[in-house]
Amino acid sequence: MRVTMVVDGVSYTDEVEPRTLLVQHLREKLGKTGTVVGCDTGNCGACTVHVDGHSVKSCSMLAAQADGCEITTIEGLARDGKLHPVQQAFHDNHALQCGFCTPGMIMQAIDLLADDPDPDERTVRHGLEGNLCRCTGYQNIVRAVQDAAHRLKPAAEADRERETVAGGE
Amino acid sequence: MIPSAFDYARPSTVEEAVQALVDAGEDAKVLAGGQSLLPVLRMRLAAPTVVVDIGRVPELRGITEDADNVVIGAMTTHYDVARDHLVQDHASLIARATETVADPQIRHRGTFGGSLAHADPAGDLLAPALALGAVMVVAGPNGRREVPASEFFVDYFTTTLAADELLVAVKVPKHTGWLSHYEKFNRVAQAWSIVAVGVSLRVSGGQIADARVGLTNMASVPVRAVGVEQALIGQPAGADVLRAAAEHAAEGTSPGSDGNGDAAYRSQLAKVLTGRALSMAVGG
Repeated sequence: MRVTMVVDGVSYTDEVEPRTLLVQHLREKLGKTGTVVGCDTGNCGACTVHVDGHSVKSCSMLAAQADGCEITTIEGLARDGKLHPVQQAFHDNHALQCGFCTPGMIMQAIDLLADDPDPDERTVRHGLEGNLCRCTGYQNIVRAVQDAAHRLKPAAEADRERETVAGGE
Repeated sequence: MIPSAFDYARPSTVEEAVQALVDAGEDAKVLAGGQSLLPVLRMRLAAPTVVVDIGRVPELRGITEDADNVVIGAMTTHYDVARDHLVQDHASLIARATETVADPQIRHRGTFGGSLAHADPAGDLLAPALALGAVMVVAGPNGRREVPASEFFVDYFTTTLAADELLVAVKVPKHTGWLSHYEKFNRVAQAWSIVAVGVSLRVSGGQIADARVGLTNMASVPVRAVGVEQALIGQPAGADVLRAAAEHAAEGTSPGSDGNGDAAYRSQLAKVLTGRALSMAVGG
């Protein structure tokens, strides 16, 4: 069957077998190997991508189900050679050891921050429940997500600066 | 692993979906959110010849109300159910239980109707649906019929749905203002419930006027904890009453034994979790 989807801003139309998994399609047909397959059972979350703005495990979805959808993978986050703030926060906080879970962690972290821009530690851990790190590097992952939350709030920072200035006058 | 080959149908109406099931015969599977079916297909525990994808049937999505019910479309995702104001206001137990299903990615895809039709006794939405007296709206080749939750679940992974029938929507009677809690026990994040308890209480002037208690994974089907309900109704909503009522939780159940715990362990868990759920419901 023929499927069309926009992946990282580019529209692709391909013939796929109905049984093709979305992650297979992304990796093997479209070359989006930044999205990885970890457990192959729907548990680990390494294959997390965004479908129409929400995180999903791309091993638990058929390419056919994504027909007509807009997909964002880890490869579509950087802008003009500059890492996404969540990617940069993972880098700066050493939020990875072997790095295999990282693409999924970052995609889920972005989803989590979209729902809750200022999560406490418990919320971050709960929100990353579907992503497993076999190196157990969770401490720095949680730290990176909270750091990213602060980086993604320029408006809030500006408000605080304005208050400081106003208070000083 | 990848699934074995199948033919794929993507109907755009309920009638087309039913026709696809009729045409396919016994060997078809309905694909809703796919969060249980896709893993099963990949592990080749199932190898249907036809997969009927109901993801593009607009009628199946969304939540509405009538005078007495909140009506949840079968294809409404867990994410949408948990955040919905009608569900929160009139069937809060469903919202509380839905929040605990699996993990965020799975809640984005998994659906209310899919979970109920899958009928895994460890699934978190069966007991709340039973406890609140939900009614399943089922479409088949001869039209639609309604099946109460108490008759819908037959056995492990088995419902009264025939091979050519489709769950269309679920009518949940309004329990406006009831106090609810869903208490779930598992060992690790995103694991299935070893046992879970859903409670919904109507408290008026400090008295428990009505009570609904449902148990997850205490039998091959969801179970109402009738003994607990009877011990609560008409009593003051105090700690002693709640504790005493919880002692009835395992009555009439037939829990299984597996690597997570034997039947006696599950029975004990049911009592402890019921106690916690009742006090959380009253306190929260």
